[in-house]
Amino acid sequence: MKIVKKNLNYIIIGSVAFIMMILGIVGLPLSITELLEKIAIAIILAVSLNMVVGFLGELSLGHAGFMCIGAYMGGKLAALLSSSLGGTNILTVILALIVGGLCAGICGFIVGLPALRLRGDYLAIVTLAFGEIVKNIVENSDFFGGQTGLKSPQFIKNRFILFTIGFLVVLLTIFVIQNIIKSKHGRAITAIRDNEIAAKATGINVTKYKLMGFVVSAVFAGLAGALYSFTCSNIQAITFDYNYSIEILVIVVLGGMTVNGSIISATLITALNTILQTKLGGSFAVAKDLIYALILILVVIYKNAPALKDFREKYNLGNLWRKIFKHKNDPSTVRDDATRWDVVPTKISMDEVLSTEIIVDNTGDNSADIGERGGNK
Amino acid sequence: MEFLNTFINGLSVGGVYAMIALGYTMVYGIAKMLNFAHGDIIMVGAYLIVLFLPINPIVAIIAAIILCAILGIFIEKIAYKPLRGASPLAVLITAIGVSYLLQSLAQIIAGPNTYYPDPLSKLFPEFMGEPTYGIITIGSFSIKLSTLITLICVAIVMTALTLFVKYTRTGRAMVAVSEDKGAAQLMGINVNHIIMITFAIGSALAALASILTTFDASKVSTTMGSLPGIKAFAAAVIGGIGSIPGAMLGGIILGLVECFAQAVPAIAPYTVTIEFSLLIIMLLVKPTGILGKKRREKV
Repeated sequence: MKIVKKNLNYIIIGSVAFIMMILGIVGLPLSITELLEKIAIAIILAVSLNMVVGFLGELSLGHAGFMCIGAYMGGKLAALLSSSLGGTNILTVILALIVGGLCAGICGFIVGLPALRLRGDYLAIVTLAFGEIVKNIVENSDFFGGQTGLKSPQFIKNRFILFTIGFLVVLLTIFVIQNIIKSKHGRAITAIRDNEIAAKATGINVTKYKLMGFVVSAVFAGLAGALYSFTCSNIQAITFDYNYSIEILVIVVLGGMTVNGSIISATLITALNTILQTKLGGSFAVAKDLIYALILILVVIYKNAPALKDFREKYNLGNLWRKIFKHKNDPSTVRDDATRWDVVPTKISMDEVLSTEIIVDNTGDNSADIGERGGNK
Repeated sequence: MEFLNTFINGLSVGGVYAMIALGYTMVYGIAKMLNFAHGDIIMVGAYLIVLFLPINPIVAIIAAIILCAILGIFIEKIAYKPLRGASPLAVLITAIGVSYLLQSLAQIIAGPNTYYPDPLSKLFPEFMGEPTYGIITIGSFSIKLSTLITLICVAIVMTALTLFVKYTRTGRAMVAVSEDKGAAQLMGINVNHIIMITFAIGSALAALASILTTFDASKVSTTMGSLPGIKAFAAAVIGGIGSIPGAMLGGIILGLVECFAQAVPAIAPYTVTIEFSLLIIMLLVKPTGILGKKRREKV
C-alpha cells in the first residue's frame, strides 16, 4: 500500500500512457494524438519549471528560451541525420532529444552562473534577457532557417512511436525531478528556498545547489523542445516568445507549485485551451488570456496576502482533507516548513494554564486539605 | 556627420529608455519589487493618445499622463498592496499577471488593429507639411523635430525629477523610505502614501515616454510596450537598480549602444542580442550596476 502511495503519480501517468498506447495501436483520431502530444510537452515544461519556481523559489522567465534551444538543436540534428541516413528512425529521435537537452543544459549553466551567485530577483531579469537573445539569434541565423523557420523532420507515419517516446520522456521527467526533490540535494534546495542565510550557515553550498536545480530544469525544457520539434511541421522562433514562458508559469502557479499540481494543471489547461479554441474560434484566444490573468492574480493574492492568513488557515482544503480522513494527529501531516513553526502545536498556551481554577473539595471525607485536618484536631 | 547623427539619435532613444527605466528603478527602490506591468503602461498611454487625439492633441497628451498616473495608483492598490510583506516571488508573479491582464484588456477593448497616431503633425501642421517634413536644417546639420522635442523633454524631466527628489519634502521622504522603510515610518513618514506617489510618478513618466514614441509616428499595438519595457528594465539594472541617476545613465548607454549597433549593417540584426548581452556581462562584472550601492545582508 505504501509503495502504491509513494509512486502514485508514476502509476497514474504510466497506466494512462499504457492505455493510450493500446488505443494508439487500435487507432486514435489524429486530433486527439496531437492533443496528447501537446499535453506531454506541457507536463514536461511545467514540471521542470516547477523545479525552479516551486522548489528553488526563484523566478525564471526564459523557460521558452531553453525550449527553443532544444527545439532548434534537436530539430537541426534530426534533419541532418535523416538527410544523410535517408529517413528518420527512433535512434534519430533519441539522439535529437539527448542533444537538445544537453545544449539547453549548457546554456542554463552559462546563464545561471552569473545570476544565481546573487541574491534577489536577478534570475528573473537574466532569464528574461536570455529568452530575447535566443529568439533574436535564431531568427537571424541562416543555419536555422532564418525568418521562415526550420523545417523539422516529420514523423507523421510513425506518430504512434513518437507519442510513446513523448510519454516515456514525461515519465523520465517526473521520475528524475521527484527523486531529486526527495534526495539530500532536494532538501538542500528547499532549505535554500526557505531561508538562504540559515542554509548557508548549516554548510550548504548555496550557489552549487541553486545552479543544479536550474540546470536540471533547463535540460528538461530542452527535452520538451526537441520533442516539440518532431510534432510540429515548422519550427519558428516567434513561438518561443515571452508570452509562452508566461503561459508555462501560469500553469505552474495554478498547479500550486507542486509536482502533482503541475501535472494536473498542465493537462487541464492544455486540454481546455485546445478544445475551446477549436470550438470557439479566434475570439476565445483573447478572452482566455484575460481569464488566465485574472485567475493568476487572484490565486496569488489569496495564497500569499498577509491579511488573509487567518482566513486561509480556517478554510484550508488540506485541513478539511485531514479532518475527513482523521489524519489530524499523524505526525507526518505536520508540515516541516520553516515559516510555519509558529503554528506547530508544541507550545502550551499560557492562557489555558492561568485560567484553570483549582477547586478545593471541602465536603469529601478523604480530603487532602491539611488546614481542615489541623482544625479537627 | 554620420557619427554625430547617430549619437544624437542614440541620446533621444536612450532618453526615452531612461524615462521608462526611472519608473522601474523608483518603484524598486521604494517598494522593493520589479514592476513587470510598467512596460504595459506605455502601451496604455499610447492607446489613450489614439483615443483622445481626435479631440485635441494637447488634451490627449495631458489626459494620457493623468490617466496613466491614476492607473498606476489603481494597480498598486488592487494588486500589490495586499501582498506587502509576502514573499518576493508572489509579488513578481502578481506583477506578471497584471501585465498579462493589461495586454489582454487592451486587445479586447481596442481589437487587433494597429494604429499610427501622429500627434506632432496635429500640433505643428505647417511645419510637418510640404517643404521641411519636420526636419530642422541648420547649415549642413539636420535634426528631426521629434528627436529635438524628445531631447528637450528628457532634459527637463530629468532635471525636474532630480530637483524634486533633492529639495521637496515628498522627494526627500521618498529617499528616506528607499533607504530604510522602518526608520522612515518612525520619523512620521506615511509609507503607503509615498509608495502611492512613486507609482503615480513612475506611471506618468511611462505615459510621457509613450507620447514621445508616438511623435515618431510609430506603430501602436497591444504588445508595443513589452520590448521597450524589457530594454528599459535592462537599462535600470545596468545603471544600478534603485538609483535614479543610475537609471538615467543606463538608459542613455543602452540607447547609444542600440543606435550605434543599428548603424553597422553587419551587426544590425543582432542589436537585441548585443543589448541584453551587455546586461548579462554587467551582472557578471558588477552586479549592483554602475551607480548602485551594495547593501549588506542582515540576518
